[in-house]
Amino acid sequence: MIKTHHKAAWALLALAFSLAAQAADPAGMVKTSSGQVSIERGGQKLIAVVGTQVYVSDKLRTAGDSTVGVTLRDSTLLSAGPNSLIIIDKFAYDTTSQAGSMSIGIRKGTLAVASGKIAKQTPESVDFHTPTSVLGVRGTEFAVEVGGDNEE
Amino acid sequence: MRNEMRLSLLSLAVLMLAGCASSERVVLLPSADGRASAVVVRDAKGELVLDQPYAGSVRSQGTNSAYRSTPEEVKERFGAALAAQPARPRSYVLYFQGGGNQLMPESQTEFAKMRAEVLAWPAPEIMVIGHTDRVGSVQSNDALSLKRAESVRTLLIEAGIPASKLEAAGRGEREPLVATADEVAEAKNRRVEINLR
Repeated sequence: MIKTHHKAAWALLALAFSLAAQAADPAGMVKTSSGQVSIERGGQKLIAVVGTQVYVSDKLRTAGDSTVGVTLRDSTLLSAGPNSLIIIDKFAYDTTSQAGSMSIGIRKGTLAVASGKIAKQTPESVDFHTPTSVLGVRGTEFAVEVGGDNEE
Repeated sequence: MRNEMRLSLLSLAVLMLAGCASSERVVLLPSADGRASAVVVRDAKGELVLDQPYAGSVRSQGTNSAYRSTPEEVKERFGAALAAQPARPRSYVLYFQGGGNQLMPESQTEFAKMRAEVLAWPAPEIMVIGHTDRVGSVQSNDALSLKRAESVRTLLIEAGIPASKLEAAGRGEREPLVATADEVAEAKNRRVEINLR
């Protein structure tokens, strides 16, 4: 009986670790950056230079005259123009099976997208969303503009 | 009751105003590989399918409507975002002599080309995947494919790429380029794929 409990506890612990490991996997990396570009992560503000890793829940922000380009692990290319706010709401990708999902928010500004392997494999698990609409993609390059001044 | 009603009307008006203020636009761009593609724009009222290059959706007064964009408009609105687009990921294939991790002579030239491109790449991240043909057991081919991948990874580390930016994996004989019967030697399947992003 006690043994079974121990086993269950270990299994839970292992699960917790694997979930934590999953959460800690980067979603992508900054490949281009010009002007003032920052990443807001857990209340902290980091300067996003080329080579900075991007994680789930990160907010990417560009100032006027600034741009940023990020390549996600599934080869999705995201690039934002000036005065933009982009949020990586969800990203999961298994490099072996190429299965995964992602959800990217465009709160304001401009975003150009060249979709990657997840969109090719399972387009239904990819979405981009503006304050009012949700975009579904089918192996695609597109651009989005959101006016106004959403700050969160 | 009345106050509640007023409040909800007021919040509706605020929401509608917010909706008006935020203009939104989506434009489908021509795909780099020339293949057909599409974006579906959905909101509470319905959906618009953009399935031709420069097909667009524009939001005004709380409604998405279809419109036709142009290369000029895309350049004006999205030029800065598009100019910041990271380089397109590239892939390379190197072929190996049977049974080991010796590169084929022509693949040494390909390796030199790849090495130069990787060194010029901003913040490169590289996935190296090894494969084998079907000569030998599944287990020994798993090991051999990983050995091939690791040998290319080592060559790239020697070229100056940080080890932390290089992942290596072996897929054994499971993902052949050319399908064969078991125990058939097939040069095209003795390979390592390198994905650079």
